[in-house]
Amino acid sequence: MTEPVLSVRDFNVRFSTQDGEIHAVKDANFDVMEGECLGIVGESGSGKSQLFLAATGLLAGNGRTSGSVLYRGQNLIGMPLNQLNRIRGSKITMIFQDPLTSLTPHMRIGEQIIEALRIHTQMGREEANRRAVESLELVRIPEARRRMRQYPHELSGGMRQRVMIAMATACGPDLLIADEPTTALDVTVQAQILDIMRDLRTTLKTSIVLISHDMGVIAAMADRVQVMRHGAFVESGTAEEIFYAPKHPYTRMLLDAMPRIDHPERPGHETLVPLPDRDAKPGLLDVDNVKVHFPIRVDGIIPKYKPLRAVDGVSFTLKEGETLGIVGESGCGKSTLARAVLALLPKTAGTVVWMGRDLSESNKDELRKLRKEFQIVFQDPLASLDPRMTIGQSIAEPLRALEPDLSRTEIRERVREMMEHVGLDPAWINRYPHEFSGGQNQRVGIARAMIVRPKMVVCDEAVSALDVSIQAQIIDLILSLQHTFGMSILFISHNLSVVRQISHRVMVLYLGRIVELADRESIYADPRHPYTRALISAVLIPDPRKERAKPRVALPELPSPMDTRSSLTFLKSKRIDNPDAEQYVPKLIEVTPGHFVAEHDAV
Amino acid sequence: MAPILPGDRADMMRVATSVKGRSLWQDARRRLFRNKAAVAGMVVLGLITLMAIFAPLLSPYAYDEINYALVQCAPSWWPGTNVLCRADGAHWFGMDSVGRDLFVRTLYGARVSLAVGLVATCVSLMIGVLYGAAAGYLGGRIDNILMRFVDVLYSLPFIFFVIILMVMFERNFILLFVAIGAVEWLTMARIVRGQTLSVKQKEFIEAARAGGVGTWGIIKRHIVPNVVGPVIVYVTLTIPAVILAESFLSFLGLGIREPLTSWGVLISEGANSLETAPWMLIFPAGFMAITLFCFNFIGDGLRDALDPKDR
Amino acid sequence: MLSYAIRRFLGAIPTLLVIITLAFFMMRVAPGGPFDGERRLPPEIEANIMAAYDLDKPLYQQYFLYLGRLAQFDLGPSFRTRDFTVTEMIAAGLPVSLRLGLSAIVVALFFGILLGIFAALRQNKAADYSVMTIAMIGITIPTFVTAPLLTLMFGVYGVSLFGLNLSLPVGGWNDGALRNMILPVTVLALPQIAVVARLVRGSMVEVLRSNYVRTARAKGLSSYRVVTRHALRAGLLPLVSYLGPAIAGLATGSLIVEQIFGLPGIGRYFVQGALNRDYTLVLGVVIFYAALIIVLNLIADILYRVLDPRVRYE
Repeated sequence: MTEPVLSVRDFNVRFSTQDGEIHAVKDANFDVMEGECLGIVGESGSGKSQLFLAATGLLAGNGRTSGSVLYRGQNLIGMPLNQLNRIRGSKITMIFQDPLTSLTPHMRIGEQIIEALRIHTQMGREEANRRAVESLELVRIPEARRRMRQYPHELSGGMRQRVMIAMATACGPDLLIADEPTTALDVTVQAQILDIMRDLRTTLKTSIVLISHDMGVIAAMADRVQVMRHGAFVESGTAEEIFYAPKHPYTRMLLDAMPRIDHPERPGHETLVPLPDRDAKPGLLDVDNVKVHFPIRVDGIIPKYKPLRAVDGVSFTLKEGETLGIVGESGCGKSTLARAVLALLPKTAGTVVWMGRDLSESNKDELRKLRKEFQIVFQDPLASLDPRMTIGQSIAEPLRALEPDLSRTEIRERVREMMEHVGLDPAWINRYPHEFSGGQNQRVGIARAMIVRPKMVVCDEAVSALDVSIQAQIIDLILSLQHTFGMSILFISHNLSVVRQISHRVMVLYLGRIVELADRESIYADPRHPYTRALISAVLIPDPRKERAKPRVALPELPSPMDTRSSLTFLKSKRIDNPDAEQYVPKLIEVTPGHFVAEHDAV
Repeated sequence: MAPILPGDRADMMRVATSVKGRSLWQDARRRLFRNKAAVAGMVVLGLITLMAIFAPLLSPYAYDEINYALVQCAPSWWPGTNVLCRADGAHWFGMDSVGRDLFVRTLYGARVSLAVGLVATCVSLMIGVLYGAAAGYLGGRIDNILMRFVDVLYSLPFIFFVIILMVMFERNFILLFVAIGAVEWLTMARIVRGQTLSVKQKEFIEAARAGGVGTWGIIKRHIVPNVVGPVIVYVTLTIPAVILAESFLSFLGLGIREPLTSWGVLISEGANSLETAPWMLIFPAGFMAITLFCFNFIGDGLRDALDPKDR
Repeated sequence: MLSYAIRRFLGAIPTLLVIITLAFFMMRVAPGGPFDGERRLPPEIEANIMAAYDLDKPLYQQYFLYLGRLAQFDLGPSFRTRDFTVTEMIAAGLPVSLRLGLSAIVVALFFGILLGIFAALRQNKAADYSVMTIAMIGITIPTFVTAPLLTLMFGVYGVSLFGLNLSLPVGGWNDGALRNMILPVTVLALPQIAVVARLVRGSMVEVLRSNYVRTARAKGLSSYRVVTRHALRAGLLPLVSYLGPAIAGLATGSLIVEQIFGLPGIGRYFVQGALNRDYTLVLGVVIFYAALIIVLNLIADILYRVLDPRVRYE
C-alpha cells in the first residue's frame, strides 16, 4: 500500500449563521492515496464541497474548522497563510463547478495560467509561457497559442473548464481537487471533459478527488468512493463495492434513484402508461413548421439586427395520453419551442393547431380560456412561485382565473384535493414557498398545473434542478398522475436517461431543428443521426464496468447560432460558405415507420 | 418507492410541525425589529415628530415672538463665559439674532422640514411609480423613450433645476414641495422601472400567464406586491434627501421665507452668527443631522430586512 | 469600439439639445422680466435695451438666435452685469471652480477608495462598522454645516496641535494659494469621500465573494496579489459610472462652498444670478454644467468598456 497524499482526521466544519450554527461536516476521516481517484458523492447540502474548501483554507468568513488535514505529514489546518500558499496552487490544486465565473474576467487566460507558474516555480517569463501553452495543448485546446491572449468570456463553457484544468495541472500538482467539474456543462461537453481528465490521470499520475452529485460521473472516474449525507460519511469502499454491493441504505437509494438509459424500467418505480395503439387515439396538438427568431443587435454606428434562429421550422404531433420527450443541449431551442407552442411567446412563422383550432387565429380572450387545457411546469420550482403568495394561493390561481364561477369553498376543496394527489399535506395550504424544499415546491408547481385538469402539460426541465433522489420521486409523481388523469405530456429535458424513462416518443433538437424523431425503443436502440449517436454515447451510466467500456462518439463544438452555416454542421456537402446566406434545409426522412431522421452526410 | 426517505421527506416532517406560514413581510418585520440601529432610528424619529407636532404646547413662547432684550442670549446652562447675556426660563436653546426663542423655532423648523420631506416625497412617489411602472411594464420602444427622457433630466444638476424653478415663480411654499418632488422622482422612476422589469421576467409571471391570469391580474397580484419592497426602502431614503435639498435652498436664501422657518433657514442664520452665538447653529444642525441619521438607519434596516442576501 | 464611441457621441447631441430647449423655455416663461423692480425707464430706452437683448422678437426667434450663438460658444450678454458676456463670466470663474473641483475629487477618490477597500477586507468587523458609520455621517451632515464648523475650528479659534498653529484662512481665493484651498476642498470632498467609500466597499465585498477570487486564492496567490491583480479592477469599476454624478455633486457643493468661503467661482456667479434673475447667466451656467456632465458620462461609458472586457465584446 502506498502512503496517503492527503489524510483527513476528525475534521469538522461549522458555520455560524443568523439562524444558529450549521454543522456542515461531521467527523470526516479518510485518506487519498498516491495516484488514485477518490470520488466523493452526495446530494446538495451534504457538505462535500465545504469539506474540501475548508481543508484548503478557502472557507467563507463565518466558517470554523476543527481536526486535522495532513498533506504528506504537514497539517494544513492552522498553517500560516504564506506557508499554505506554497502548497495551494502548486501541490494541491482545484477545479470549480462554474467555469463561467471561476476565471478572472478582465485577465487573459494565458496571464492567469502563467501567474500561478511564476509564483510557484522559478520559471522565467518565456519558459512559463511555453509551459502554459503545453498545458493548454494537453487539455486539447486547439490553437493554444492564440487562445492564450483571449479573455474568458470569449470561450465556450467547455473551453473555459479546460482552461481551469490546464491552470490546475500546469504546476504538476500532487493532488487535484475537482469540485463538480462537469455539472454546469452539457452532456457531450461533460463527456469530453471527463475524457481529458482520465487521460491526464494516466499521463500525470496525479491523485484526484472528484466531488460530484452524479453517480454517473463517479462511475466514469473513481477508484474509491465515499458517500456523504448531511455532513457525514455513510459508506466508503472501492467503486466495485459501492456500485455492485452497496451496504448503506442511502447509497442503495442514490443508485436506485438514478435514471438509467440502459434500464428505462426499474423495479420499485412507476412505469410509463402504455399507449396501446397510437393511431386509435385522437390527435391533440399539431405543430407545423414553427419558427421563432429573435432579433439580435449587431454593433455598428447604425445598429443592425440579425435573426437568432432559436426555433427554425419544427413540426410534430401529439396524441391524447402520449408523452413526447424533447431533448437537446443548451441553446437548441427546446424551451423556446415549448413557449411558442403554448403561445406564451410570439412565433415568427408556422401554425399550432390545438384540437382542430388554429391558436394563432384565436383572440386574446379565447386563448386565455383555452389555457385550461394546456398547462406548464417550470424548471426552477422556487422562481416559478410568487414568493409573496401562499402555496394555496399559487395552486388556486389558474382555477380562479379559468373557472371564475367556483365559490371560495369549492376552490379550497379542489386545492386540498390536488395537494393530496401530488403528495403535499393539505394542512400546509397557508404556507409560503421559502419554507419548503425544492422537491416540495416542485410538487406545488405540478399541483398548480394539474388543478384545472388540463389535457396537456408541458414539463420544461421540470426535474433538472432537483437532487437525484427528489428527481426520482417527481418523475414517479408525474407518471402516476398520468395514470390517474391521462393527460398528454411534452417532456423537455437535457437528460436523455430521464426522457427515456418517461416518454413514448423522443424528438432530438439541434440548433432549432429536429434531427431525429422516433419512438423510445428505436431512438435508443437504433440512433441514425450522428448527433443523436454522440448524445446517447455521452450519457453516463452509473455502472463503472459498462461506463468505462462503452465507446464514445466525438462531436464538433457547438457553432454560433448566428452563423447560418451552423445549421448544416452535419450536412457540410450542401453548405454555402457565407455566414449570412440562406442555407439548404435538410429534409426529415422516414427511415422506418415513425422513425424520422434529418438528412446528413454519411458518417 | 425508494428504500429510505431522503431529504425531501425529512424536510416534510420538519415543516409539518407548524401549520401557519410565515410570509416574507412577517420575516422582514422580524428582521427589522432585530436591527438595533433601525429600531433606535424609529424611536428617535417618533420623538422628534411628536415634538414637532406638539411644539406650541411644549414651549410658552411663540415662534415669532420677539424679545429685543434677549437678542443672541445664551441658554442659562450654556458653559463658558464669553457670551453676551443669558436667557432664563424656558429658553432652553437660547435666543436668535432678533430675540426669538430658538427652541420653539427649531421645532417649527422641524415641522416645515418634515412636511416638505413628506409632501415632496409623496409627489416624487406618485410621478415616479406611475412613470417607472409604465416604462417597465410596457417595455420595448416606449420604455426606451421614457427612460431616455429621464436620462436627459439626470444630466441636469438637480439643485440647479430647482433653483430655476424657484427663480421663475416667486418663492412659494407649495411650489417648493412640487419643485423638489418633481426632481426627486427621477430616481424613483428608475428604481420602479428596474424592479418592474426584473419582476416581469421572473418565471412566476410566466406561470401566471400560463395559468390564464389576465394582464391586470398579473399587475395587481404579482407585480405590485413584489415592487413595493424596494419602493418603501427608497421612500425612506428620499425623505432625508428632500429635507437636505430644502435646507440647501433655504440656506442660499431661495427657500422658506421669514417669519416661517425651516432647519435650513435656522442653520443659515446660525452660520452667520457662529462666533457670537454658536448655539444658533448647533441646535438646528444637530436636530437635522439626527433626523437624517434616523431616516438613513431605518432605510438601511429596511433594505437589509427586505433583501437579506446583502451585507 | 470606435463605432460605439461615435454612436454614443451622436446620441449625446439630442440630449444636450433637449436640455437647452427645456432650460430656455423655462426661463422665458418665468413671470417678470429682468428689468422689473428698477425705477421705470423711459419707454424708448427700455425698447432699446429689449432690442439689444433680442427680447422684442417672438419667442421662437429668440430661441433660434440663442441656439445659433450657442453653436459659437456664445452664451449671450449678462442681463445684470452689463458689459460682460456670460461666456466671459464663466471663463473667469472656471479656473477657480475647476481647481477646487479637481482637488476635491482627487482627495475624495484617494481617501474614499482607501477606506472602502479597508472596510471591505474587514467586512462586518468593528473596523468596517466604524468606517461605514463615519461615511454615513459624511453623507448626512450637509456641506453648509461642515463649512461653518470647520471655519470656527480652524479659522476663528485657530486650533493648535502639539504647539503647531493650525489656523487657516477662512475665505478669499488669494490666487489659489494652498492654505486658502485646504478648507474649501475639505468641505467639498467630505461627502464625496463618504459616497466613494460606500460604493467601493459594496462592490469590493461582492467581488471578494466571487468565484474567481476563490480561484485566485486557490492558486496560492498572496492576499495582496489577490486583491490588487484580481479583485481591485472589478471592484473599482463602479467608480467609473460615478464620474458624472460626482461632478453634479461637486457643482452643487460648490454653490455653497464658494458662497461661504467667498471664492470667485462659477457657483457664486450662479447663486447671484439666480437671486438677481439674471436669466442669461443662470441659463448659461446650467447649459455649461449639463454639457460637462453629458461629456463626462460619455467618457465614463467608453472607459467602462475599455476596462471591462466582458462588456466590450457584447
